[in-house]
Amino acid sequence: MGTVISQVTTVDVELRINATTRQLALDPRTTLLDALREHLDLTGTKKGCDHGQCGACTVHVNGRRVLSCLTLAVAAQGKDITTIEGVADGDQLHPMQQAFLDHDGFQCGYCTSGQIMSALALLREPCGASDDEVRECMSGNLCRCGAYSNIIAAIQDVRATHAHEA
Amino acid sequence: MTSPNEPRTTGAVGAPINRVDGRLKVTGAARYSAEIPVDDLAYGVIVQSTIARGTIDRIDAGEAEQLPGVIAVMTPRNAPKLESLQKFEREGSKGSRPTGRALSLLQNDSVHYNGQPIALVIAESIEVAMHAASLVRTTYRVDQPTIDMATALPSAYPSTEKIYGREPPATQRGDLQAGLAAADVRLDVVYTTPMETHNPMEMHATIAAWDGDKLTLWDATQNVHGVRGTIAKTLSIPPEQVRVISHFIGGAFGGKGSAWSHVVLAALAAREVRRPVKLVLTRRQMFGPVGGRPHTVQHVTLGAARDGTLTALRHDSTSSTSTIEEWVEAATLATRILYDCPNEETSHRLVRLNVGTPTFMRAPGEASGMFALESALDELSYELRMDPIALRLKNYAEADPESGKPWSSKSLRQCYALGAERFGWARRTAEPRSMRDGDQLVGLGMATATYPVRRMPASADACIYPDGRAVIKAGSHDLGTGTYTILTQLAADALGIPLGCIRVELGDTDLPQNPISAGSMTVASTGSAVHLAAMAAREKLIQLAVTDPRSPLHVAQHGAVEIAGGRLTLHGDVDRGESIEELLARNGGQPIEGRADAKPGDETQVYSMHAFGSIFAELRVDPDLGTVRVGRLVGAYAAGRILNPKTARSQLMGGITFGMGMALMEHTITDLRSGRYVNADIAEYHIPVHADVPGIEVFFVDEHDEHVDPIGAKGLGEIGMTGVAAAIANAVFHATGVRVRDLPITLDKLL
Repeated sequence: MGTVISQVTTVDVELRINATTRQLALDPRTTLLDALREHLDLTGTKKGCDHGQCGACTVHVNGRRVLSCLTLAVAAQGKDITTIEGVADGDQLHPMQQAFLDHDGFQCGYCTSGQIMSALALLREPCGASDDEVRECMSGNLCRCGAYSNIIAAIQDVRATHAHEA
Repeated sequence: MTSPNEPRTTGAVGAPINRVDGRLKVTGAARYSAEIPVDDLAYGVIVQSTIARGTIDRIDAGEAEQLPGVIAVMTPRNAPKLESLQKFEREGSKGSRPTGRALSLLQNDSVHYNGQPIALVIAESIEVAMHAASLVRTTYRVDQPTIDMATALPSAYPSTEKIYGREPPATQRGDLQAGLAAADVRLDVVYTTPMETHNPMEMHATIAAWDGDKLTLWDATQNVHGVRGTIAKTLSIPPEQVRVISHFIGGAFGGKGSAWSHVVLAALAAREVRRPVKLVLTRRQMFGPVGGRPHTVQHVTLGAARDGTLTALRHDSTSSTSTIEEWVEAATLATRILYDCPNEETSHRLVRLNVGTPTFMRAPGEASGMFALESALDELSYELRMDPIALRLKNYAEADPESGKPWSSKSLRQCYALGAERFGWARRTAEPRSMRDGDQLVGLGMATATYPVRRMPASADACIYPDGRAVIKAGSHDLGTGTYTILTQLAADALGIPLGCIRVELGDTDLPQNPISAGSMTVASTGSAVHLAAMAAREKLIQLAVTDPRSPLHVAQHGAVEIAGGRLTLHGDVDRGESIEELLARNGGQPIEGRADAKPGDETQVYSMHAFGSIFAELRVDPDLGTVRVGRLVGAYAAGRILNPKTARSQLMGGITFGMGMALMEHTITDLRSGRYVNADIAEYHIPVHADVPGIEVFFVDEHDEHVDPIGAKGLGEIGMTGVAAAIANAVFHATGVRVRDLPITLDKLL
């Protein structure tokens, strides 16, 4: 506990990400988002604001959606973290990923990881059936390209046909 | 485009295929600029000014430099002096500015806006760099800034430079005063639009790495070749020593079209600390240093005969720029071409404010200008008690009214008709406050959409390999626009090779030169180059077959050879032929390469080229609270050939959504005393979220245009945005009887 790299004090952190345990020495101020992106090369999780306002950094912690930019890495220890890289089954896309592809639920792709992680969490949340209710549940995930209508279509498609796989 | 071997389409173009880069994006595997793994990386964080105008008196980086993990702090005291800028200043700022835009590169102590970069911290980690940036202490000699557009308006001066180096800053046709005198009805109103900020989801980001005297920039840019040129000039090094890479861009919307200060600062820092430097702007830093849409104050004067015929139209737009650079929001360009009015004047003026320099933002000019023009037409329709569509049809321009040139194609009539039908315009009762849903006021409004067709020189390579696969290379970009996908489709049809066997490479200055991906011109520019390069490769392949005595196609008529599914066959005799692999294997196993350096011809001399559309909005306003809920947005567009209906529809939906934000939410607020950007984050700068966005319906009017470019496509990036703010403002008036001429339409303006 407590080593010094270039005179910066670090703490040892153990994170379980996508069912793999990773050991890190981190500045204690490191967010889970920066741990993923800058220390683990898991860049699928995006930084869009660093303030919990855009949803691009959404990951699952113990199965629930969490903003990784507002989560310190040290506080995520001992929990199961899932990122976008852990969603597909090898080469087999998750039905939600396939639905985003088929419905063109993205353009630039930068909010997409967060949208998909929120959409997957939503499948297990008490969200109503209507498009409007899904829109409400997804409103923490901003998309500047304006793919919203297609994202809702993708989610509703999955809810209708793959609910059992959630 | 005529060619003896014009491919009988194999059906790739026009098919609604999924994005070819989609799998990378839904799995998180697509790498954006800040995500490139580079060894020995240091992190840069910009320190910004906290005053809007003045001089840095003292900048103390001592405490920051002492912080463990800090490598260097660059300030105006120690930053390397740039010979290119010193020469520019010495010569009295004549000639072209080496940096392109007026940048803040720590060359002097002047402060021109609040948030200007004044120092750069380089550290071992983001955490340390951010902490150190907060420890840089600066004192200033403060001068009185000019912040408020309203009070600064009397200082407006006419813009005299050609807009985009092409369009005159002011125009006049006919006799405006005579037209006004002859009018039965006159309208004289002022519309205002606020500063707006692009806010792509990906912040601007640059990784700069030197290898000797060679620089590589992984930069979030929609203009790799442009950034290379700017960096080379600024650093006084040959362009060949600069490589710029931008494979995936997390949205751009015009803001990533220029090399802004942070790009140069990253390169300078990396050279100073002899390590690669990653510099990612914070969301707050996206407000000011990297452009935005300026304020506009637009004065519109209309005169019309009782039957709706326009007799006079004047549109003067004053937009804000910075104190360090002139940038004009070209708000009246659409006015010049949209209606057949014989007496018309347009002009642009500028007001200098102590704010960051504005820049292109989605449909620059058209988005703000058409809010004014298309609102004014709606106001006139009420004065005349005339249907808004009928009024527009009454003044339909059969040829470009400014130049007199014929349109290369124009299907706006069909767009009005299709949009009105799909929207259900006929159910609208014209009287304001005449339609209700329970206690909610219902409003229906419409507007015209238009955007010019632009095209610039572009080059591409098409290479067919002996394994039957092909690679397309072009230094263009995919901003989420679908460039990878539609270029794959164009190449598939031209080469006769299946989609899955084609790879498109973009976003690298090592690839053939291409223009900025902006102004809705990527399809016309790069798309044409790729089509022509692939056609050139196809010609070579066919030539090889018909001259090869061992080929089943030997001595076949050149024009009778078809290629489909990777197989060359004789027209009408599909059994006679061979695969590309067989042909190339027999002929030395070498790749076949086609190159095209495509550029516009004289079509712009002959034709006026624009895309057109119609946009309809239905919304509900709570009469007690003033809240506006948009229920439906329906757009109908004619934009030439639609290469991929799926991505095309998405792009138009995105433009419409962006326009909805402009209408109802977006407003970059500056504190009028300090010039500080008050709402510099995406919780306080409102953009549409899921719950705001209703069903958006997009329809295409079939349009064939053989003049615009070799592929007949007009571009879709901006047109979806145009007219939306007016359609919503017009619907708000219809619902409430309140005419809001000042964007955004927030509830306080309706109470």
